[in-house]
Amino acid sequence: MKKRKITVGVTGLNNIDSPGPGIPVIRALKESELFDIRTIGLSYETLEPGLYMHDLVDKSYQIPNPSTGTSSLLQRLEYIHRQEKLDLIIPNFDAELHNFIKLAPQLKSDYNIATFLPTQKQFEARHKSVLYEFGEQNEVKVPFAKMIFSASEIYTLGEEITYPLVVKGKYYDASVAATPEQAVNYFHKISAKWGLPIIIQEFISGNEVNVTAIGDGKGNCVGAVPMRKLYITDKGKAWAGVALEDDKLIDIAKKVISNSKWRGGCELEFIKTKEGEYYLLEMNPRFPAWVYLAVGCGQNHPEALVRLALGEDVNPYESYEVGKMFIRYSFDQIVNMSEFEKISTFGEL
Amino acid sequence: MHINKNIAISETGFVFNPLTGDSFSTNQVGQEILRKLQGGTNQEELLKHLTEKFNIDKTTLEKDMTDFMLMLNSYQILMDDEKA
Repeated sequence: MKKRKITVGVTGLNNIDSPGPGIPVIRALKESELFDIRTIGLSYETLEPGLYMHDLVDKSYQIPNPSTGTSSLLQRLEYIHRQEKLDLIIPNFDAELHNFIKLAPQLKSDYNIATFLPTQKQFEARHKSVLYEFGEQNEVKVPFAKMIFSASEIYTLGEEITYPLVVKGKYYDASVAATPEQAVNYFHKISAKWGLPIIIQEFISGNEVNVTAIGDGKGNCVGAVPMRKLYITDKGKAWAGVALEDDKLIDIAKKVISNSKWRGGCELEFIKTKEGEYYLLEMNPRFPAWVYLAVGCGQNHPEALVRLALGEDVNPYESYEVGKMFIRYSFDQIVNMSEFEKISTFGEL
Repeated sequence: MHINKNIAISETGFVFNPLTGDSFSTNQVGQEILRKLQGGTNQEELLKHLTEKFNIDKTTLEKDMTDFMLMLNSYQILMDDEKA
């Protein structure tokens, strides 16, 4: 079968120790059986390793930081589109999604660039700060949590949450506190780094299990693969993992996607207790960096996302190979100064 | 008590539990026990089989078997019947 040629812009090329999902997504796209994909890397930093992976990334462009807003991003994307004729963009960072979600209708109407992203409402609904309410709405257990804006509120938690408890930043970082004094200490540490509010969450003991999944926006889960981390870095990232056979977990993931009518890729992070109960800890609104494991197990989620973005109906994957593992590795690329000069000076490579 | 039906046991004694992602290595006796349990042999029959095969006294075997079963249970290789 002749593969269709398309051009896809992908962000998240920071294939570092806490990797972005861009390179795994590109690997999946390059292995598509349906598409011959030219990949356009969209980067924020000149040292993102993906910029220099020419076997995976065909051409790269710098794009403005998310904090600069949508107009500068649109202007840059207009320029890139003129050069590359983009068919689709797959953003892979939480922090940039707000801008891309906002621009998605205009990208489609003015430039015919497709995206397949959650709605702004869906994106907001799964934020850490409102995850407890998200769990109630979508019939999935979530540890009880409360937002606080001042360290003094820790002493007024009373019996709402008992110790140990988890002190979490709005976007990143979490620490387990055994006493109010420890909780206050973590409050200051995390708020100094990530700002307010701080989330105080019930501590659930058990094993962490994660699911990479994709929803079609109509309530269907197009694919889902569960994984347990086998080796965890000091940043809490999986350096190795194995695909699990866990029908109950898949059913819960499907329920979350179906009830929320999730549109796009996502990662669901759960704690499985000793009693076999699952608690949703986080829902990330994009593919995880380990999404390539799903491809290894027989479910090409990024390819499915491309098809959905192009308006095609996609039959849900019904099986995957259990017991497949991923083991990450680091690799020193040798890069000519002229390449670094090019991306630094001209913003493209 | 029953063995998790999806446990994979290789010829080398490598055991993979697809529900938890855990993997283990077991010796020949461990392999024999797991395979018998997978085949539906109950614990009483298993004790009898092992006593005869390995020419070991029943009391020592019972003690070792209890330890082994507890370990299998803690690794979710053996499951309580109500969790089936």
